Amino acid sequence: MKKTILKLEGVSKRFGVVQALSHINLEVRTGEVMALVGDNGAGKSTLIKGIAGIHPFSKGKIYYKGQPVKINRPRDSSALGIEVVYQDLALADNLDVVANMFLGREMVQTPWRIDEASMEKACLATLEALSVMTIHSVRQPVATLSGGQRQAIAVAKAVMWNSEVVILDEPTAALGVAQTHQVLELIKRLADKGLAIVLISHNLQNIFEVANRIVVLRLGQKVGEYIAAETSQQEVIQAITTGRIPRMTVQNGN
Amino acid sequence: MVTKEIAQETENVHIEKQGSQTSGEYIVSYIHRVKTGDLGSLPIILGLIAIAIVFQSQNENFLTARNFVNLIVQMAGITTIAYGVVFVLLLGEIDLSIGYVSAVAAVIMALLLKGDPASNVAGWHWFPAVGAALLSVAIIGLLQGLIITNFEIPSFVVTLSGLLAWNGVVLILIGGSGTVIIQDVVIIGIANYFLPSTVGWAIGSVAILSYAIIKIQTNFSRKSQRLPITPTPILSVQIVGFALMVSTAIYICNQDRGIPLVGIILLTFLVGFTFLAVRTPFGRYVYAVGGNKEAARRAGISVQRIRVIVFMISSVMAGCGGIILASRLRSVDTGAGGGNLLLNSIAAAVIGGTSLFGGSGRVSSALLGALVIASVENGMNLLGLSSGIKFVITGFVLLMAVLVDAISRRSRNQSGLA
Ligand SMILES: Nc1ncnc2c1ncn2[C@@H]1O[C@H](COP(=O)(O)OP(=O)(O)O)[C@@H](O)[C@H]1O
Ligand SMILES: [Mg+2]
Repeated sequence: MKKTILKLEGVSKRFGVVQALSHINLEVRTGEVMALVGDNGAGKSTLIKGIAGIHPFSKGKIYYKGQPVKINRPRDSSALGIEVVYQDLALADNLDVVANMFLGREMVQTPWRIDEASMEKACLATLEALSVMTIHSVRQPVATLSGGQRQAIAVAKAVMWNSEVVILDEPTAALGVAQTHQVLELIKRLADKGLAIVLISHNLQNIFEVANRIVVLRLGQKVGEYIAAETSQQEVIQAITTGRIPRMTVQNGN
Repeated sequence: MVTKEIAQETENVHIEKQGSQTSGEYIVSYIHRVKTGDLGSLPIILGLIAIAIVFQSQNENFLTARNFVNLIVQMAGITTIAYGVVFVLLLGEIDLSIGYVSAVAAVIMALLLKGDPASNVAGWHWFPAVGAALLSVAIIGLLQGLIITNFEIPSFVVTLSGLLAWNGVVLILIGGSGTVIIQDVVIIGIANYFLPSTVGWAIGSVAILSYAIIKIQTNFSRKSQRLPITPTPILSVQIVGFALMVSTAIYICNQDRGIPLVGIILLTFLVGFTFLAVRTPFGRYVYAVGGNKEAARRAGISVQRIRVIVFMISSVMAGCGGIILASRLRSVDTGAGGGNLLLNSIAAAVIGGTSLFGGSGRVSSALLGALVIASVENGMNLLGLSSGIKFVITGFVLLMAVLVDAISRRSRNQSGLA
């Protein structure tokens, strides 16, 4: 039942002299939370920016539902059904919650006219459905929200679009304990609904709470892939820090 | 797929929660917004009242029908240019070329209207002449925009080069004569025609009616979507207030020569550009790019295209302003586009409350700011002050406006992150 929806084959990314990613193979499956871990500068953010089309990969192939696809621009990935919640949140502070949720994909009455009422309604419904946090008014600028509320908006924005793959880059880094718990619960619920989740986090405890699989990056290379239930924090830490692989469970979904 | 089904499940929940506000709650939330630094047009309206009191106490000709009508004609040029400035500032950019770009449009139009009697070339009809002038400045905007976006050169530098170059082009086009006289009645009429009082009232009635219909319709459509609406008493006050304001303005104008045609043009631009800014995806993207360029890019917005279009809007509105100024003077001379025109136009947008840092401001700030600048200038002229003193005072007004912006931003930041 856990089908591979997104598959990367030998992707690489160079920034000038920096080889940020080299020859990564990866499979993302529906209904599953895949955690991506690694030290600072390991290439996690670069990997997801490649999937999102923000910094397209220099080399390698991408398959979506078995079909080879090209992702060169942000629109390409969202058209496929891939949504990303960025570490640097990528919300426009001066716009209100509704405007941010629909940015770039406004509902229109005529091609010229934004349908504010329908957008506001859909926005309220999504926030309500995710029941993450309370927001006084969806018409207030995002600048006036707290860190947790902003994170909730960013997640809600990602899942509102019938997305099938949701990628979250350190969604809990700036949050307190209670808010972190709520976001993790939200992630679990999304996976249970059949979405494929890629979660980047530094917090191994959080990861072991929600992840089914754990992929370790180090210096731009994939140095390990584990089934969460069959490994330990020590093993993962060792892979993150030394890149040596004591025991490797390879590419085996169930 | 996920959210749609959940949305239906939870429909009932927020119907109860999102009940309509009472008038009291509405007023309380307005006061809260002002307190937390979201001042809107409040400071500038207070400023205008202060200006009126000061000048009227010095010279009883300030608040007269005649002077009110004069003021509308005097502010028309910079208001029109400032509409374009608002969009440039919303992006967090600047356009220093607008002064001389306005003159380029004026000269091209004036020369085409005149033709060349010496070699028997007939002058153009006003319509294609204006079209050609605006097309030329649109191309100038396109050019500047493409250079700014393709080579990632700050707009400050590119449009500064434009400032110099287009000044030169104006001088070359005007040539030896030094002045091009305009004789076309339609073009002269732009700034010198006043509407008969019945036409004024007819336009006013249509405006009031449209305002009321739009307001009520918005409320109905929000109500049918079960979203919070403006409470009926507040709505009535808004509509009656608008009607009173419009009628008063028309009544005053009709005491004198009538509503200046150019006043109607200014308001048409105001409505059109406000719609563009707040109701269309394009306007939304301008705000987004100004607020967070990277977020806009990740949302799939073509940031470069938006920037180029905004520089074209800026040039075209400068061109319109130049034509209005030429109409008022009935000629274009080598001084066109110079003097304080550039700085006054940018100052108008800023005084009106549009931030220099991008992402925040309204189209109406052009009109309100230009009204402040023009009434200060007009008042000082009535008092017969020297130009030295006039510059100092205008500079002071601009500084005050920027201070209000800075202080309100600070209180917004303090109250912001809860
Ligand atoms: N836009 C960029 N330009 C140049 N180098 C970059 C860029 N983005 C990331 N890098 C480099 O790529 C490497 C991986 O970075 P990143 O993906 O942000 O790591 P992580 O998210 O795992 O901490 C780092 O060496 C970083 O300096
Ligand atoms: Mg990172």
